[in-house]
Amino acid sequence: MYDLPGYRRPPAGTQPNLVHPPYRSTMTRAPALPLVPLPTTLSEITGPLFGHTQVRPKDSDLTVHHAGAPLGERIVVTGRVLDADGRPVPNTLIEVWQANAGGRYRHPVDQREAVPLDPNFTGAGRAATDADGAYRFTTIKPGAYAWRNHHNAWRPAHIHFSLFGPSFLTRIVTQMYFPGDPLLALDPIVMGIPDERGRQSMIARFDLDATVPDVALGYRFDIVLRCRDATPREDGTGWS
Amino acid sequence: MVLIPTASQTVGPFLHIGMNELNTNEIVGDGERIAITGRILDGEGQPVPDAVLEFWQANAHGKYAHPEDQQNKPLETGFTGFARIPTDTGGGFRLSTVKPGPVPARTGGVQAPHILIGVMARGLLARLVTRIYFSDEAANAADPVLALVAAERRATLIARREDGKDRRYVWDIRLRGEGETVFFEC
Repeated sequence: MYDLPGYRRPPAGTQPNLVHPPYRSTMTRAPALPLVPLPTTLSEITGPLFGHTQVRPKDSDLTVHHAGAPLGERIVVTGRVLDADGRPVPNTLIEVWQANAGGRYRHPVDQREAVPLDPNFTGAGRAATDADGAYRFTTIKPGAYAWRNHHNAWRPAHIHFSLFGPSFLTRIVTQMYFPGDPLLALDPIVMGIPDERGRQSMIARFDLDATVPDVALGYRFDIVLRCRDATPREDGTGWS
Repeated sequence: MVLIPTASQTVGPFLHIGMNELNTNEIVGDGERIAITGRILDGEGQPVPDAVLEFWQANAHGKYAHPEDQQNKPLETGFTGFARIPTDTGGGFRLSTVKPGPVPARTGGVQAPHILIGVMARGLLARLVTRIYFSDEAANAADPVLALVAAERRATLIARREDGKDRRYVWDIRLRGEGETVFFEC
């Protein structure tokens, strides 16, 4: 018998709706039928564990992988990975990827030749959290990215974050945004989240303490993963 | 302290830049080798060439490589139970793995052998979660999760055993529309 505590669900509206017509490709790719509620079993509360063994020290500095320094505004992005009860999530892998300072991705699908590639920037990084759940990346601030969702559509500057956490249910891929970006309110991917608290959860804040004098502006971005319920739910759904 | 979990966003079309080094289409382990192949199709029947699939499974004994699994069952060295596969230009994938064993159900009994799948892609604002079961498993009839799914939709969760000597299964994902795959909220 494996009657295990499940994972608490996020407050309603703080995660995106799958079908969000302003983001056009949801209309061909997001399921039209309702999701089927799945009680938490041993299969879901386990999951792949990735941490320090997957990461080399250089992986968290996106500015040192080529002969020269990349163009753009150098930044530090640092923060902690916590669970929803505020406990640190140690030794968990973070994968990031991003556009260069001009907003161009080093990817065959991004063919916008008006925006140059930077020979000194790939845009991929990895880090593992320490015992206190803390991580730190050095990179350059990505540019806004023009896309074809609608007329004059621009994605706000963002860094993609991918995390595993301690179970299959804590897996999340999100995007980190920058404070004060006027494109946020116009972006159908951000606005696919109905509740302002959910949208705010993705916006880093400028942090003078994380700023390196003469070198890089600092941004703080804490990431919160779902956490376990204290006890199994009596209704058997494993969640509240 | 109660914090709001960080919101999910799409992986977008350029996921391959950052979701790369963990990728493998092979899960090594003891037991019966099988291959699962399939394609992901969108609501218009078009292949999805820019998705990534993540697989999570128990070993042939029904034991997960994870500390929460306290069962007294063997766990062979080298078995991870995880694979991550970006779809190819035709929306296809191929997983080579060991057939998982049955794992405990929530309230006693067992779940039929299955693999968890997370699907991420441009156009998906959050990961979709589904399961693969196996068409040649009698245990499917008593599986408590399959029982939650409307009978007419269960086939979307079941990989079809192909005739022939090699143990090959075919399992397609239909993200939307006719024959839409069952996705779970968990």
